[in-house]
Amino acid sequence: MPEDRKIKVLVCKPGLDGHDRGAKVLARALRDAGMEVIYTGIHQTPDDIVNTVVQEDPDAVMLSILSGAHNALCPVIMEKLEEQGIDDVLVAVGGIIPDEDKPFLEKKGLKGFYGPGTDLSTIVEFVKNNLKR
Amino acid sequence: MDYSDLTSKLIDGNTRAAARLITTVENDIEAAEKIINSIYPYTGKAYIIGITGAPGTGKSTFISTLTKSYVDLGKKVGIICVDPTSPLTGGALLGDRIRMKQHFSLNNVFIRSMANRGQLGGLARATEDVIKILDVYGCDIIIIETVGVGQSEVDIFKSAQTVVVLVVPGLGDDIQAIKAGIMEITDIFVVNKMDLAGADKKVAEIMQMLEYKKNYKYESEAFSAKFAKIDQWTPEITKVNSKTGENFEELLKIINKHKNFLQESGVIDNYLKNRIKSETIEILKHKLTKKAEELINSDDKIEEFIEKAIKKSIDPYALAGEILKLFFEKRDN
Repeated sequence: MPEDRKIKVLVCKPGLDGHDRGAKVLARALRDAGMEVIYTGIHQTPDDIVNTVVQEDPDAVMLSILSGAHNALCPVIMEKLEEQGIDDVLVAVGGIIPDEDKPFLEKKGLKGFYGPGTDLSTIVEFVKNNLKR
Repeated sequence: MDYSDLTSKLIDGNTRAAARLITTVENDIEAAEKIINSIYPYTGKAYIIGITGAPGTGKSTFISTLTKSYVDLGKKVGIICVDPTSPLTGGALLGDRIRMKQHFSLNNVFIRSMANRGQLGGLARATEDVIKILDVYGCDIIIIETVGVGQSEVDIFKSAQTVVVLVVPGLGDDIQAIKAGIMEITDIFVVNKMDLAGADKKVAEIMQMLEYKKNYKYESEAFSAKFAKIDQWTPEITKVNSKTGENFEELLKIINKHKNFLQESGVIDNYLKNRIKSETIEILKHKLTKKAEELINSDDKIEEFIEKAIKKSIDPYALAGEILKLFFEKRDN
């Protein structure tokens, strides 16, 4: 690994969910762990997100969803990433993800599922340990 | 590693190849050397505009609107946003994209966020390389946003053909306008947020400063050679509203005027020469520093000198002199 290598993370708010305090806290925690973090802002469509992933080439994408739309949004994002041939990026989702939805999302290739109250260092370690490149 | 597959895709205008190559030149200077070596002949087509200004002057929103103006003209635009890296943790939060959201879905806009990774001067080390990649990728216009500058982050003038400095009403008094640094490297002053009170006063302040400058003859030849770009061009001033797009037509005209000036006056040759010189110096600095660090940590003789320096029988200047001697001895062998 080259000496200047930095972990680059994209923190996203997909869909109509406007509650982004969690995403901002997460962005800060990842920054303080020495990563380069891009926050997209709220109201991102799957196309917006995939377009940003293509251009910014991050190591990890962290989706924050609290609106309950995760089962609709996440698979679309995964499909569009696949269409672009992007297979070496860790994609995680967090926020309010009920236990019964996790197997479905896992099958779609998503990881994480951290909810409110998760220790920030847990998520930092998760990112470091699950990178695909 | 072999990058020829990626670089040939880049030449064909492949977006993912561009993104991956940018990541590579950011992370690995040795790889950057190989990549730039193979794409360099294809560079030189893009027009590079640098945008700088204090934090809060509205750089990102301004760039968003400027980009839209160029996209409307059918241009392909590359944007490089540089944000600061924390000197304590090495992390960075890159937030410029948020304000450029309206261009996300446009196929002819490529936005890339970069952390400056401790580099002074307002840009990141790899900025020059990223400019080249976006140039080969097919961008007609490359817009660079520097970190929110103080008064000495002036590296942008080495990279950009046209430097736009944003100022806003109510930030800083007229003394700020005559301080050295940013104000001297500017080709176009833009008073942003023209709807705010005091916009016209700001324009007047800058005009006054420029008037003062005109009557002042620079003595030093070296100085004027370096700043030749500015000596023959009287900076233009305009005011815009980035939120509504008001007056951007005028701004585009001024940018074009500056572009034509560079060509017609021949100043562009000077710019190109200086750009290559300063870029080469940066590369040399990096390479020599690395060599010097290797040497200082591995040579027994230097260890002896360091001991001497601790005992005050030799000072750091003399120590550096000795290292320099060793440096060239090693090279000759």
